[in-house]
Amino acid sequence: ERERERERERERERETLLSSANLVFLVEMAAQEVASQPSDTLTTLKTESETLKTKLEEERAKLHDVELHQVAEKIEALGQFVMKTRRTLKGHGNKVLCMDWCKDKRRIVSSSQDGKVIVWDAFTTNKEHAVTMPCTWVMACAYAPSGCAVACGGLDNKCSVYPLSLDKNENLAAKKKSVAMHTNYLSACCFTNSDMQILTSSGDGTCALWDVESGQMLQSFHGHAADVLCLDLAPSETGNTFVSGGCDKKACVWDMRTGQCIQSFETHESDINSVRYYPSGDAFASGSDDATCRLYDLRADREVAIYSKESIIFGTSSVDFSLSGRLLFGGYNDYTINVWDVLKGTRVSILFGHENRVSTLRVSPDGTAFSYARLLVNWSGSHSVITPL
Amino acid sequence: MAQPSSCAQSSNGVADESPNMLVYRKMEDIIARMQDEKNGIPIRTVKSFLSKIPSVFSGSDIVQWMQKNLNIEDQVEALHLGTLMAAHGYFFPISDHVLTLKEDGTFYRFQTPYFWPSNCWEPENTDYAVYLCKRTMQNKARLELADYEAESLARLQRAFARKWEFIFMQAEAQAKVDKKRDKIERKILDSQERAFWDVHRPVPGCVNTTEADIKKSSRMKQPHKTRKSVYGLQNDIRSHSPTHTVTPEVKEPTEDELHDQIQHCQEQLDRHRLKMSKVAESLLSFAEQYLEYDPFFTTPEPSNPWISDDVTSWELEACKEAGQQRVKRWAFCFDEVMKDPVGREQFLKFLESEFSSENLRFWLAVQELKKRPIREVPTRVQEIWEEFLAPGAPSAINVDSRSYDKTTQNIKDPGRYAFQDAQEHIYKLMKSDSYSRFIRSSAYQELLQAKKKVQPQNRPRHTHASLLCMKFALNVKMVFHNDIKIQREIKMFHSLLSRT
Repeated sequence: ERERERERERERERETLLSSANLVFLVEMAAQEVASQPSDTLTTLKTESETLKTKLEEERAKLHDVELHQVAEKIEALGQFVMKTRRTLKGHGNKVLCMDWCKDKRRIVSSSQDGKVIVWDAFTTNKEHAVTMPCTWVMACAYAPSGCAVACGGLDNKCSVYPLSLDKNENLAAKKKSVAMHTNYLSACCFTNSDMQILTSSGDGTCALWDVESGQMLQSFHGHAADVLCLDLAPSETGNTFVSGGCDKKACVWDMRTGQCIQSFETHESDINSVRYYPSGDAFASGSDDATCRLYDLRADREVAIYSKESIIFGTSSVDFSLSGRLLFGGYNDYTINVWDVLKGTRVSILFGHENRVSTLRVSPDGTAFSYARLLVNWSGSHSVITPL
Repeated sequence: MAQPSSCAQSSNGVADESPNMLVYRKMEDIIARMQDEKNGIPIRTVKSFLSKIPSVFSGSDIVQWMQKNLNIEDQVEALHLGTLMAAHGYFFPISDHVLTLKEDGTFYRFQTPYFWPSNCWEPENTDYAVYLCKRTMQNKARLELADYEAESLARLQRAFARKWEFIFMQAEAQAKVDKKRDKIERKILDSQERAFWDVHRPVPGCVNTTEADIKKSSRMKQPHKTRKSVYGLQNDIRSHSPTHTVTPEVKEPTEDELHDQIQHCQEQLDRHRLKMSKVAESLLSFAEQYLEYDPFFTTPEPSNPWISDDVTSWELEACKEAGQQRVKRWAFCFDEVMKDPVGREQFLKFLESEFSSENLRFWLAVQELKKRPIREVPTRVQEIWEEFLAPGAPSAINVDSRSYDKTTQNIKDPGRYAFQDAQEHIYKLMKSDSYSRFIRSSAYQELLQAKKKVQPQNRPRHTHASLLCMKFALNVKMVFHNDIKIQREIKMFHSLLSRT
C-alpha cells in the first residue's frame, strides 16, 4: 500500500515537473516569437520574392523549345580567322582602362590608370589632344556623337566633359565641365545620340542620365544591389532603353523615360564586367568574371547561349560584336581575346596578348576594325573557309 | 560549344566569392587533378651528378597532361594557361626566377598550399628584407642573389636603416631554423619560398599577377583575412592600403527593395514572350542579311582603310550619293532608312511627292527636341505644337485622339517626352504605310538599279558625237595612209571609245 502511495507521489511529482517544464518551454517559445517579430516581414517578403523569381524562370523556360546552336546547325561553319595588328598607339604611361571610338570611324579617346586622357587619330596614330585628370584611375571615357567633345571620369566619382577645340594650343583642362556626381567611382559613361545628354553608371549601385549643359540629373535608375560596372545604349533610332550589368550578377534593361527596370537577367555566377547590344537591338551579350560570355534575347526574355570552355578560367573584361553580329569578341583577364561564333557557340579564333589584361575592347563604328587596351588591333582581310565533309 | 542555359542562382544560400577567389579556386581544382595519384602528373626524384632533385616533373609533362585532361586542342593554348598558373605561383621552374611554362625538359615543382594566392597574401617589404638577408647568410651557390635581388636588398637596407639590426636578427633566427631541417626537405622548401617571392616581388619586366583591379579590390570581402607577414613580423605601417575600404559586398535588401523586387517579378510574369525557335530564326536571318556589310566577312568597297591606308570608302560613305549596296540596306527595315542621313533625305523627297512629309518632319523635330539641353525644351515644345498639332497648324499631322489628348495634357508641363505618344503613333504610321510604298516606288528602284558612278578622272571627257567625228576623220586618214603613227592613233582612239 505504501509502495503504491509512494509511486503515485512520484508520478504526481513527475507530472508537475513535466507540466512546469512545458510551461517554461512555452514561455520561451513565446519570447522567441516576440523577438523574431520584426524580421518576420523581411523573411516572408524574401520567400515571396524567391518564389516569384522561381515562377518567372519556369515561365521563361516554357517557351524554350530548341537551343540556338541547334537551329544554327544548318548554316555553314566559319573558318579560322586571321587577324593582324595594323596600328599601335603608344603614349599612355600606364594601363589603359577604357576607350571609345568617334563616329568618324578613325578617332579614338582613351583613358588610363595614371589619369591621362588622350584623343588620337588612330589612322595616322597622331595624338590630337591630351589632358591630365586630377584623379588617377580614369575608368570611363566616351566620345560625343558630334566628335567635338569627350567625357571621362573614375575615382573622382564624377563625369566631366571636355570640349575639343581645333586650336591645339588651347588648354583643354580650362574648359572642363563637371556634369555627373555619384557617391562612388564612375565605372562607365556614354553619350546618348546627342552631345547634350550623358548616361553614367557607378560603384554606388545606380545609373543616371544627365543634362550636360546644366549638370542636372534628368533620371536616375535604381535596382542593382551592388556596384554597376557597365552599360550600353540600345542601337535603335527610336531607342529609349539601355542595358547595365553589375557586381550583383544581374543585367538590367531600363526605360530611360520612366527610370523603370523593364527586364532583368540573373544567370551569371560572378560580376558582369561588360554588356553590349546585338546590332539588331533584340539581344545583348554580357562578359563576366565567371569566365563566360552569355547572350540574352529580349523577345524570348531569357539567356539563349553561353560561350565558355573548360580551359578558359579567367574572367571576361570586355565584349563587342562585329557589324553583322555573327562574331563576338571577348577580352579576357588572361591576356587573350577569344572570338566566338555567336550562333553556333564555338570559338573561331584566339589572340594572345602578352602584356596586360585586356581592359576594353571596341569594334569601330563601321566594323572595319577593333581596338583593345594598349594595343590597337585591326583585322586583316584573309580567312579560310572550311567546308564540312 | 554552347551549353543549355542554367537556372538563376539564388544569392542567399551560396557563399559569394570575390572574382579573384573564383579564379583561384578554378586553378586549384586543376592543381588537385594534376596531383591526383592515378590520373595526375607523375612526380619523381631525379638523380643529377652527386645529388638528387626531389619531387619534380617536366614542362612537357604538364603540357601533355593539360592537352589530355582539359580539352585543349592547341599546344599554344596549353602553354598559355600553364604559364598563367605558374605566374600565379601554383607550380614553378626550379632553376629560374621567371615564372613561365616551357614545353621541354625543364623541371617544375608544385607550390605548397600554404603559399597559395587564395590565402590572400600581401607580404610586406620587411618580410622581403628578412628573406633576402637570410639568403646571403646561407653559403650555397644555388641561393646566391640574382642582380635584381641584390639591388632590392640594397634599397631595403637604406629604407630600413634604423630597423636593420632587428631584421638581421630575424634573418639569423630563420636561417638557424632552416639548417635544422632535413636536406631534401630544405631543397623543396627553399624553392617554394623562392617561388612565393617570385610571385610577390617579380623579376623586373615580368607580369605582376598580384596587381588588382581597383573596382574589385575596393570591395574586398574579408580584409582581416589578409596575411601580411611571412616571418611573423609586426609592422607599424597601416594595415590596409587606401584601396581596401571595408564595404559590405552585397547589402541585404530592405523591405522597400523587396516590395519593388516582388512588383517587378509580377510585372515580368505577364510579359509576352516569343518561342525560342522563332527567336533563333530571327537572329540567324539578321546575321545572314548583314554578312555582306560586315568587314570581317566581306571586304568593303573599294578597300578596308586600315589595311590599304586608303580612306576612299570613308569618303564615299560621307558623300551625298549613296551606292547600290547602301541603298539596298534601306529595304531591310524602316530603321535602316531612318538611320542613314541620305536615306532620310530620299524618304523625305518621296513623302513630299505624296504630300505627307509633315509626318517625317514632325518625327525629326521631336528627335531633335530630345537632343537639346533641358533649358531649351519648353520653347521648342511650344514651337513644335504650333507647327504640327495646334488647331490650324501649318503642317498638321494626323494622330489618334488618345495620343492627341495626352499630348495636350503634356504640353502644359513641357518635358522632353511631351510628344512621345504622338511620335510613336506617327512612326508606326510611316512604317506600316509610307515606308512600304517608298520601297516599291520608282524613285527607290532607280536608286537601287543605278550603275556605279564613274570615278572622276584627269582625262578629258569626250562626248559621243565628237568621238564619231574623230572616228570618221581617222578612217579617212587610214584609207590614204598606211602610216604606223596613224595606226597607233587609231588604236588609242578605239581604247578611248571602249572606256567611256
